[in-house]
Amino acid sequence: MSTQKTTYHIALVGNPNSGKSTLFNSLTGLTQKTGNYAGVTVEKHEGKFEHKGTSFSLTDLPGTYSLFPKSIDEEVACKTILSNASDKLDMIVIVADATNIKRHLLLATQLIDLKIPCVLALNMIDEAEKQNITIYKKELENLLGISVVFVNSRKKVGLEELKNEILKAKVSDSIFYNFEKQAKAFPALKSYKELIDLQFTCDADESKLIKQFEKEDNISRFYKLNYIIAKCVKKPEQLNKSVSQKIDTFFTHKFFGFLFFFLILFIVFQFVFFIADLPMTWIEESFASFMNYTANALPPGELNDLIVNGVLAGISGIVVFVPQIALLFFFITVLEDTGYMARASFILDKVMQKFGLNGKSVIPMISSVACAIPSIMSTRTISNWKTRIITILVTPLISCSARLPVYALIIGIMFKDEHTIYGFSYKGIVLMGMYLLGFAAAFLAAFILKFVLKTNEKNYFIMELPVYRMPQWQTVGMLVFKKVKLFLFNAGKIILAISIVLWFLTSHAPSNVFAQLEEKALVLNTPSDELNAQKLEHSYAGIFGKKIEPFIAPIGFDWKIGISLITSFAAREVFVGTMATIYSSGDSDNTETLREKLASEKNVVTQAPVYTTAVCWSLLVFYAFAMQCMSTLATTYSETKHWKWPFIQLVFMSVLAYGSSFIVFNFLK
Amino acid sequence: MTTLDQLKLGQTAVVQEFTDDFLSLKFIEMGCLPSEVVKLVNIAPFGDPIAIEVSGYVLSLRKEEASTVIVTLLNDVVLNKTN
Repeated sequence: MSTQKTTYHIALVGNPNSGKSTLFNSLTGLTQKTGNYAGVTVEKHEGKFEHKGTSFSLTDLPGTYSLFPKSIDEEVACKTILSNASDKLDMIVIVADATNIKRHLLLATQLIDLKIPCVLALNMIDEAEKQNITIYKKELENLLGISVVFVNSRKKVGLEELKNEILKAKVSDSIFYNFEKQAKAFPALKSYKELIDLQFTCDADESKLIKQFEKEDNISRFYKLNYIIAKCVKKPEQLNKSVSQKIDTFFTHKFFGFLFFFLILFIVFQFVFFIADLPMTWIEESFASFMNYTANALPPGELNDLIVNGVLAGISGIVVFVPQIALLFFFITVLEDTGYMARASFILDKVMQKFGLNGKSVIPMISSVACAIPSIMSTRTISNWKTRIITILVTPLISCSARLPVYALIIGIMFKDEHTIYGFSYKGIVLMGMYLLGFAAAFLAAFILKFVLKTNEKNYFIMELPVYRMPQWQTVGMLVFKKVKLFLFNAGKIILAISIVLWFLTSHAPSNVFAQLEEKALVLNTPSDELNAQKLEHSYAGIFGKKIEPFIAPIGFDWKIGISLITSFAAREVFVGTMATIYSSGDSDNTETLREKLASEKNVVTQAPVYTTAVCWSLLVFYAFAMQCMSTLATTYSETKHWKWPFIQLVFMSVLAYGSSFIVFNFLK
Repeated sequence: MTTLDQLKLGQTAVVQEFTDDFLSLKFIEMGCLPSEVVKLVNIAPFGDPIAIEVSGYVLSLRKEEASTVIVTLLNDVVLNKTN
């Protein structure tokens, strides 16, 4: 290793489930930076540590099984190793699971062949000891040609030794690839690294040759590994049925497996709905009082209004999601970490596959009953591109918690608490029906998209069922923190921008209409909530609302609903607040009075009630399907890195909402 | 000819070869390669996917994917030897 450099760049490479992330956390602590790799939504984690006066920068690469990538995550891992191999990357720390050493060493032998200095960290050495697996370190070091360190990243055992070995890391003398075969098939290539490089730039013919080489080469690597394992690893002859397999007979059981699955869902939703509600109310109230304070503290005027009702209101709308996102991610990460998620996928894959989804779509789909944002963010675990896109596109159709206030208001207009059937309230039944409708629409849309979307990527379910492990709380905490940060900064920017636009539309009017209204109000002594209603009616948003009336009349909506549609484009629950302003029912939290006002609203000309059953159902269906949530669109963009997908999502959901409302309204009219 | 999807629960077999080029690459890097012993350890409630023990860990795969792996039942191998 040269001594001029001040910081050495290390990549942490290993199979999925090798405990890489925990090792990364133990080595770098709180110095981490998280982001995405350029152009793709694969998470990039970087951190720093110092050892004996030398500083190191560590990159945690996505897990990969080999240097011949089979998914986007793996491709990123391989490309990062290669593109950096010439200049930036100084060495590789290979992380391997000591309890499953043979398969993990396949990647290790490929990395050694790249001729980059390597150190092998044999992780989970404590578990290997428990299983009576003995690994002869010196022999393994001799055969691999690199230093081997026994590590238990959870208990932080072996980290000092690992850092010492990193200082001394060298290029191995061993060669594992069949260079004669490679020279025959690819005479122009001078090294194994050039072959790995070639797979990203080659044509179809070369690709075929490379795949042939990969197959033969990997088989011969395993034969070599069989020899190495025989020399260096002593395993008990007959392995008993492992604890994990015993647990699996329960978790994947025909009856208990599903029972347990629904029990877990039940617990998660109890937490997400009831516990997240507390901090969410707290955030809303704190922001409200802070906005109040700011409004009074700053000199009145345009800037004051922009800061309070534009910027602060926008930020409040972003931050309020944090408790739900954090809690959902906490559960999703724990389920991933323990290994249960793989089992949930395993028992449900058959059903999901029929809809163009796979077992891994289950959790995102169900999480979106709370909120589509964490659902879309959690689709990163789906390695198949098409399945992931379908999951992202359809999850917002599932009724999220923001639809609840809208549903409650409209259902309340149609049915009274006294309306029951066999003791069940109509209100409850309709509400449940709306949720079922959301699920049905999502699955139907997925089924259609299955045939519409084209991909070259093969859809397979060859997946490791990792052994059950206790979650690593520090790692879980770190991941949740990273996800929340990602949401705040990626989606947050877009949400804030749209909030400011919406603020402008609702608080500004052409020429000096507002001034005239205020003067008139002063003369007539109009109450302030009525003045606000008049202002909203004459604002740009109000003008748009009236302008779109001809378009929304076929689905039974008038301009008042039109204005609410525009303002609630930011977030569905805003619908209730805007309606409260328009109908100047005063306190917007008091939906009871708003409901009465709406129920008694009469058409000015015909004197017929405005909120008929047909209009109410049309509204319900519209809000079930319409993409009235810019946070979701912003998240779809930041998760797909392409404006095409949020646009498609917006268009197909709008068309679906309008079409369904049209049918419902005209059928019931 | 026996394929991996035809195994009964608890049955062991030895991998012989693959009939799908793309999947074979995936199987091999997952440590499921010719001459490796596999054992069917789990079947999902709807009959698909299945889980096999291979190379010291558990791998899940769909039946359709398993049908591209040609295996020899281990009992047969033992029988052939004794004959």
